[in-house]
Amino acid sequence: MPAFVLLTVLTAIRILSRNRLRAGLTMLGIVIGVGAVIAMVSIGEGAKAAVAKRVASMGTNVIMVLPGSMTASGVRGGQGGAVTLTISDGMELKKRIPMLSEVGWGKRDTMQIINGNKNWSGLVNGISPSYLTIRDWSFSSGGAFTQQDVDTADRVALLGQTVVENLFDVGEEPVGAIIRIKNVPFRVIGVLSPKGQSSQGSDQDDIIFIPFSTAERKVFGTQFLGSVGALFASTERLEDLTPAAAQIRDVIRARHRLQPDQEDDFTIRTQVDIGKVQESTSETLTVMLFAIASVSLLVGGIGIMNILLVSVTERTREIGVRMAVGAKRRHIVMQFLIEAVTLSVVGGCLGILVGILGARVTTAIAGWPTIISAETVMAAFVFSIAVGLFFGLYPANKASRLNPIDALRYE
Amino acid sequence: MAALIRCEDLWKIYRLGDVEVQALRGLNLSIDSGEFVAVMGASGSGKSTLMNILGCLDQPTTGRYWLNDVDAAGLRADQLADIRNRQIGFVFQNFNLIPRTSALENAQLPLFYRGVSLREQRVLATEALCRVGLQGREGHYPTQLSGGQQQRVAIARALVTAPSLLLADEPTGNLDTESSREIMTILDQLNKEQGITIILVTHETDIAAYAEREIVMKDGRILTDRHTKSTVPLSGPEA
Repeated sequence: MPAFVLLTVLTAIRILSRNRLRAGLTMLGIVIGVGAVIAMVSIGEGAKAAVAKRVASMGTNVIMVLPGSMTASGVRGGQGGAVTLTISDGMELKKRIPMLSEVGWGKRDTMQIINGNKNWSGLVNGISPSYLTIRDWSFSSGGAFTQQDVDTADRVALLGQTVVENLFDVGEEPVGAIIRIKNVPFRVIGVLSPKGQSSQGSDQDDIIFIPFSTAERKVFGTQFLGSVGALFASTERLEDLTPAAAQIRDVIRARHRLQPDQEDDFTIRTQVDIGKVQESTSETLTVMLFAIASVSLLVGGIGIMNILLVSVTERTREIGVRMAVGAKRRHIVMQFLIEAVTLSVVGGCLGILVGILGARVTTAIAGWPTIISAETVMAAFVFSIAVGLFFGLYPANKASRLNPIDALRYE
Repeated sequence: MAALIRCEDLWKIYRLGDVEVQALRGLNLSIDSGEFVAVMGASGSGKSTLMNILGCLDQPTTGRYWLNDVDAAGLRADQLADIRNRQIGFVFQNFNLIPRTSALENAQLPLFYRGVSLREQRVLATEALCRVGLQGREGHYPTQLSGGQQQRVAIARALVTAPSLLLADEPTGNLDTESSREIMTILDQLNKEQGITIILVTHETDIAAYAEREIVMKDGRILTDRHTKSTVPLSGPEA
């Protein structure tokens, strides 16, 4: 039997190469189909990986607590409009919830920053030192400020990459330089490593960090001392994220003396929630692209079926002769199935090359990230075999059911 | 000598729309191993139908057909294919070679379906081509061969499995006189030297003259059945 299969494959290749143009055009459908599937899936995968990277750039196992809206005389402010969260809320969380490895806080405002004759409008964040740990910020030069800097409200600043590019000449060393934020002089003690875009698409590197106390007292001119823009916390383990978020809610509700029928005056978001929303979007994209590409593969399969039906008709006499000299039904079925699979597999392999090339070109021209995984290639290969088998079955079966006498007489 | 072929009350009825065609009407026939039989008759007399049934390409509507004491009338399609492959060789009027396939590969074809190793296929097919005088033309395609040569490839293909029965349906119908004579000489030799039973359908009396027994059909029955060369009397009707 294996010898029979091998010989049938050789025969199929020879029969197909008799009519190269036709075989080529038939294969083209599969080439385009498989190529499209590979290219589309790789674009989808690339998008998904980019999203995952952005979500990861938030930090590790991060929980954010944002102040809720404030309602004054029936007029509702937007989210974060209220100043309901305070440093003491944060400290209470740290004390009451052992699951939290770090708790930090910050508040932000856009400020004019000046270095010599250059100036830049940047997002200034007053933060607790733990914030840097929670959000996984690292340094390309210099280092972080400490709790002591916060206690004494030192005028020290950490600069993001974008800010450095706009305030300093190339080759100029930012660490040690004195810049002015809202006319208050600050000493730069660290430059942050770049993080790129956030999951919302904003530039995370356009940022300046200063100690929370310094911001409160010397820069922002805060109305209520101790109020924060947001609280941040992190857990050791990913699976603690959701239970920790529930505990945070309980603690803050108790501190804010909210009655059971009152809504939260704050919002909690975990990294998992944010990741899920983002991932489902790119998942939808991948599925859609795959569906569109599959249609072309389907069309390719129909092309194979069509050409095989033509071939069965053309070779009716040959089928009759083969039957007369002793070919059984399964021999005839095998012959045509193998021809179909040969077409689809050769087409599939070429399609894989075209798909990889297409993904590369997409990355090169459009700048979209693409990922070609071994699984995708394997799946495309297996799928093209399946297409050949599926669409070859009907013509093969038709050929094998020919009556040998009629087939021999066919003109 | 044992009968290679025995047919008993063969009927073959076709339906063409509303019309019922009785191609064979209660035909009885017995052919011994080693005979050379010519079947003649006008078109529509049932020759081709008979040949198809004898060749296990078709089944009778009713009646029995024993080939080598096996009742072929009750066999399934795959079993018939096996019988065709192992016991019967076909030679057609229009040669029926597989196009764009070499003479050697055409001659190999029955062995291919028998599951013989490629090496053995080559050896046997080369030998068969040699027997019909086509040595050196193994690699030729049908289009590169004359009609007579193509028919000789077809004979080699029929011979390669060493069948007990060779069915030739107007093998010289598409050939000139010279080629016809060559083909008939080959068939005659196969019958005389190797004892292969040959049944030959023909319209031409000079071709039929190569056979030892001549059956003339009419309206789905045997009209006359006589030995033309041999002095051995016909065996009587089946007891």
